[in-house]
Amino acid sequence: MSEVSASNATAPPCKPRVAVHKFSSCDGCQLALLNAGEALLALAERVDLVHFAEAGPMDPEAEVDIAFVEGSVSTPEDRSRIVRVRSNSRFLVTLGACATAGGIQALRNFADGDGWLGAVYASPEFVSSLAQVSPIREHVHVDLELWGCPVSGRQVVSAVGSLLAGAPPAVPDERLCLECKRQQAVCVMVTRGAPCMGPVTRTGCGALCPRFERDCYGCYGPAEHSNTQALGRRFAGLGLVDEAVVRRFHFINSQAPAFLEAGQRARGHADD
Amino acid sequence: MTERRDVRIEVPVLARVEGEGALSLEVRDGRIERLQLRIYEPPRLFEKFLEGRGHEEIPDAVARICGICPVAYQMSAVAALEQAMGVGIDDWVRRMRRVFYCGEWLQSHALHIHLLAAPDFLGYDSVVEMAKGHPDLVRRGLRLQALGNDLIALFGGRSVHPVGACVGGFHHAPTVAAVAAMRTRLNDAQEDARALLDWALALPVPDSDQDFVSVALRHPQDYAMAEGCIVSDRGLDIGAEAFEAHFRELQVPHSTALHALLHDEPYMVGPLARLNLNHERLPEALRERLLAAGLRLPSRNPFHSLIARAAEIAFIVGEAARLLADYAEPPLPAAAVTPRAGMGFGATEAPRGLLWHRYEVDDAGHVRSARIVPPTSQNQARIEADLRQSLELLGLDQPDEALRLRGEQVIRSYDPCISCATHFLRLDVRRR
Ligand code: SF4
Ligand code: SF4
Repeated sequence: MSEVSASNATAPPCKPRVAVHKFSSCDGCQLALLNAGEALLALAERVDLVHFAEAGPMDPEAEVDIAFVEGSVSTPEDRSRIVRVRSNSRFLVTLGACATAGGIQALRNFADGDGWLGAVYASPEFVSSLAQVSPIREHVHVDLELWGCPVSGRQVVSAVGSLLAGAPPAVPDERLCLECKRQQAVCVMVTRGAPCMGPVTRTGCGALCPRFERDCYGCYGPAEHSNTQALGRRFAGLGLVDEAVVRRFHFINSQAPAFLEAGQRARGHADD
Repeated sequence: MTERRDVRIEVPVLARVEGEGALSLEVRDGRIERLQLRIYEPPRLFEKFLEGRGHEEIPDAVARICGICPVAYQMSAVAALEQAMGVGIDDWVRRMRRVFYCGEWLQSHALHIHLLAAPDFLGYDSVVEMAKGHPDLVRRGLRLQALGNDLIALFGGRSVHPVGACVGGFHHAPTVAAVAAMRTRLNDAQEDARALLDWALALPVPDSDQDFVSVALRHPQDYAMAEGCIVSDRGLDIGAEAFEAHFRELQVPHSTALHALLHDEPYMVGPLARLNLNHERLPEALRERLLAAGLRLPSRNPFHSLIARAAEIAFIVGEAARLLADYAEPPLPAAAVTPRAGMGFGATEAPRGLLWHRYEVDDAGHVRSARIVPPTSQNQARIEADLRQSLELLGLDQPDEALRLRGEQVIRSYDPCISCATHFLRLDVRRR
């Protein structure tokens, strides 16, 4: 049978090899892939999934064409592992807010981390972790960043297609407000004074929150040229105290430079 | 056996569990000398960064503890915050939360059975391999998983980190038309669910007869999901506020994970514990189906967890259809919230077991302190006890590969969701 001879052949495998690595995360981005269902099985036909622990294949040190990385770097061991992943891959793609902008666990960067460890663990000396949680880009070169908490499975499958075809994958970076208008959602900021992050958040989710009659909380990260200063002033006008503005920007994507600065600016006001 | 043999097995990264953990086992002179389920998810300190956040932010924040059961985290959190601030929810919210939760059980159980557990029982390394030999089984699983995802999305916009839940209810009520379409799909799925249960009941399951304590919620009428008392099969019957008086979590020297104990003993939470304690709340026809297949409840075989998941899937599909049968849009999808200081407790049944939250809020509705006890931490000690018994029953003279496979199968049957690591520890990690 041709299948057997193909797998016995000594020639290099013709299917592109793909790995999915997990760092500090909730597994949601991997699940967004596992939830792709038939699309995932179809993808598994086209590529060789050599490492994806949650789905079964296990070969963390394998050389691959594309390595997807979920999660942020939060321990000394993570720091050395990401270097190995990088040297084993042709393209390295970050999957979601944790890998791209630190994710929610990066909130500990704003606190006295050791004090927190001591409050949660009886013997914090056994817990090995870095003082700062950081996105992948701070450690190694990243070829493509996919935003979202979680990413959309569709986005991932199409990125694989483009990368392998040698075309630059399209990653949307316009503001959520534009998508919100296209979806004909009623603006929650205008109609009910909700502190919506839509004016500075990257589209990609399909404007889910406004369509559910609530404010966006920025889970897709900053859009290109987002005017966070103006939005901060607008939030103050809506009655948010500075602390609340800080929390709007320092949430799921707190290590994305635009949101990091906007939060620090508001914190500066709060400290005055 | 007189022959001496030392076995040392390291499973550096467990495949097909959510998150990362490792098992190490040392056998000497035919006895288990050291057995550790090591969890090395880095500490994420969730409870600390909930402090200072407003009640509106908490459902979005706690969802990120786990991508596989975000609804469970949201439901325990809103229950606790509602109690803390004295918010009463109406019957519409109560019923729709149950439907929302049905979506998560369906998604998670279908994923677990098909992607994680079935390859073990049928002798494949992964679902991708299994799909070649059993395409119809895999397709049926994907259909049920997709239905669960879509049911979550009906109330939450998307299935991972849904955006619809809030303290008091939902931000948005589904339209009558969307619910009618969902009802049709649920009715059509009854056949898949029935066939899945038949398949699960016919599956050869390893023998095991273990003495363990089951813990789950119990509700006076319903099969417990988001409401009820915490009960055990040894007579425990308490409200969520009394959890800390009976259960304690500790950092154990030989392991990487916090272990929770009930009166200083390991215990089981999850689908089998629920079925053991609540089977008489299932619809009559389903109960009879289980009985006819020879499943004696309560079961003392932890491998029956897969059957318990399939039975719960059969239940959920009917239950969600029933709850949506006379659906109407409410005047308001959520109760108004007037913040006030207080303490609240929330206990609900995540797909993999009891999930307990406690919040203290100030008079502006900001969290002052939080404590979260996830199901995986509660099952840790029981998994280790089960591993000891199951491996000894299999025979420690078996080849290493057989021991490793059985060990993985045991761990996977608990579906430990290692990313629920609100406070798992890492000690020294060896990777090979
Ligand atoms: S980006 Fe969000 S969904 Fe993805 S792993 Fe991180 S917390 Fe989970
Ligand atoms: S509207 Fe904003 S918070 Fe909501 S899903 Fe989209 S990006 Fe995320």
